[in-house]
Amino acid sequence: MSVAEVAVADAAAGRTEAVAYNERIIRYFVIATMFWGVAAFAVGVLIALQLAYPVLNLGLEWTTFGRLRPVHTSAAIFAFGGNALLGTSLYVVQRTSRASLFGGEALGLFVFFGYQAFIVMAALGYVFGVTQGREYAEPEWYVDLWLTLVWVVYLVVFVGTLMKRKEPHIYVANWFYLAFIVTIAMLHIVNNLAVPVSWTGAKSYSLFSGVQDALTQWWYGHNAVGFFLTAGFLGIMYYFIPKQAGRPVYSYRLSIIHFWALIFLYIWAGPHHLHYTALPDWAQNLGMVFSVMLWMPSWGGMINGIMTLSGAWDKLRTDPVLRFLVTSVAFYGMSTFEGPVMSIKQVNALSHYTDWTVGHVHSGALGWVAFVSFGAVYYLVPALWRRSQLYSERLVSYHFWIATIGIVFYITAMWVSGILQGTMWKSYDHLGFLQYSFIETVVEMHPYYVIRAMGGVLFLIGALIMVYNLWRTARGDVRQEVRAAAAPLAQPAE
Amino acid sequence: MGWHGKIERNVILLLVLSLLTVSIGGLVEIVPLFTIESTIEKVKGMRPYTPLELVGRNIYIREGCYTCHSQQIRPFRDEAERYGHYSLAAESMYDHPFQWGSKRTGPDLARVGGKYSNEWHVAHMIDPREVVPESIMPPYAFMLENTLDVDDIAAHLRANVAVGVPYSEDMIENAAADLAVQADPDGDHDAFLERYPKAAVGDLDGDPGRLTEMDAMVAYLQILGRMVDFDALTVDDLRQ
Repeated sequence: MSVAEVAVADAAAGRTEAVAYNERIIRYFVIATMFWGVAAFAVGVLIALQLAYPVLNLGLEWTTFGRLRPVHTSAAIFAFGGNALLGTSLYVVQRTSRASLFGGEALGLFVFFGYQAFIVMAALGYVFGVTQGREYAEPEWYVDLWLTLVWVVYLVVFVGTLMKRKEPHIYVANWFYLAFIVTIAMLHIVNNLAVPVSWTGAKSYSLFSGVQDALTQWWYGHNAVGFFLTAGFLGIMYYFIPKQAGRPVYSYRLSIIHFWALIFLYIWAGPHHLHYTALPDWAQNLGMVFSVMLWMPSWGGMINGIMTLSGAWDKLRTDPVLRFLVTSVAFYGMSTFEGPVMSIKQVNALSHYTDWTVGHVHSGALGWVAFVSFGAVYYLVPALWRRSQLYSERLVSYHFWIATIGIVFYITAMWVSGILQGTMWKSYDHLGFLQYSFIETVVEMHPYYVIRAMGGVLFLIGALIMVYNLWRTARGDVRQEVRAAAAPLAQPAE
Repeated sequence: MGWHGKIERNVILLLVLSLLTVSIGGLVEIVPLFTIESTIEKVKGMRPYTPLELVGRNIYIREGCYTCHSQQIRPFRDEAERYGHYSLAAESMYDHPFQWGSKRTGPDLARVGGKYSNEWHVAHMIDPREVVPESIMPPYAFMLENTLDVDDIAAHLRANVAVGVPYSEDMIENAAADLAVQADPDGDHDAFLERYPKAAVGDLDGDPGRLTEMDAMVAYLQILGRMVDFDALTVDDLRQ
């Protein structure tokens, strides 16, 4: 049976299937996704404003940019993105396997509450100054050990459910989820190897130092992007786009090729975070070459996602949820083109250390990760709360446009500020002296930091509209509104 | 693609093949960094951090300074003129973890040591805009208020030994005394400077009566980039 047939079979089985799926914990994950999403966006807005107006650091130990920035990144990646991934993966694996969760509700609840405990411990640590000082791997050793335990149980639940499956084939979304779970385990364990000062204290020293530590960290860091923020969310794409569009996945063959190529190539790309540093040139060059190659399997995924709409393009006009899903794949395509460009050393010489990198990350995080998650959650809430439809499709449409405009504000501001700052650093006057002092470049950033924060505010407003819409949906309300009419069938010319 | 049918019907096979596929890149790129001897240049002057510098470095990590400041100068003309000689791998060989950073919202700090006076640093940390009106850095006045609270400094040194930093028995034995004497303007620094050459000593935070977090911070900032003696280097020493 091909992938497409599996998807259709799943659709045919639908909600009348006799299997008693574990849905309560999926509902918990959906609620947590939205809760942490709003928290992550709100802290993001605050720290964006701190860069424009430093008085907002409030002069307190616990509210400086340096302590809140990891709160924002961890909340966005691990709390918002992580809950979306755990929730959807445990939903999808049940549906596509036609089996309930391995370990039942008990193990599922452990994974849910264990994961929330990880988030709370990590975030409290940052605010009170407990951090390893490794980007995207800030939690200290005791939090890392706890997450390792939760993650292993998550793997057991996921693999165990696949083993119980009543379908002969493992559906393509699950390949991506599985690769994500296994690879994150490997990255997490190796990158967090450390020696605690004492078993009763929070502080530890990393096992590796200097250049080896730098590459280990960016091997981890880039593949947090590659496997957490890409492979896992491709799993979401491979289930929810076919479901929402009512069409099978475009190409089974393409999904095989791009799956193996993607997971093989991604892991090599880490050194592009260390161009022109003390990392030996051979490693930098390897990282650059593989990063450029990575463009191809990335676009393989984009093509497979977007072309799944073949024959259903008209739904984009009438279905704002599908619009979120498809736009997310378009953003995925854009940022996976921008990434390889920035990994070229000559481009990186300008872009590195500037806001261009921040803009790139956010076109992926807001445009791809958040949008595909929003699409999946809009699909899941009526399904999980047994409602026939969302409270309001018009509010989904408002959310879509407000958030999209927010992203455009954000990334264009960061492109301009990044390229501006990069070129100012390198400017010489006619006498051969550096044209600008560092602080002059900081002053120039101010308007772009304000525009970026406004973009963030729009994105946050969109998410709040979504929360309201979902809450009303869960209550069973339906807003009286004129729904967008389906396109009339085109008639051949007489 | 019939061959793939086997893989997608067997969870364990899919899991194992995925794990093998994602292992290769890391093994090829990371392992040689430990085995190729020229990865870390052979230079003179590198030493472990003094106890006070180490505590200062931990405060630097605690405050997330790396979210805005890099410690890695690239080999470009403008960076050499703005910050100094490009950073060597050897210069962070005792850094657990490394703090190269990824963003310059503020300037690079790899060679900030010795560039400004202790007084400048203290004033700047208390209120950055008092010193640099356009600065967007948060204020860190609390570091001057917080008395340094480290009663297990020897354990910190031992944990560093466990991960490969060559602290001697002599250094560990004197850790607590060294922590205090570095910022003591009336202290006897001879034996201390024998153990830790080039360390900044004396009244670091302008408050000689108390050992504060600001003392540690200034001690750390003032050693950054100053350990290696660049005059004694030849081109061959820097070949990786």
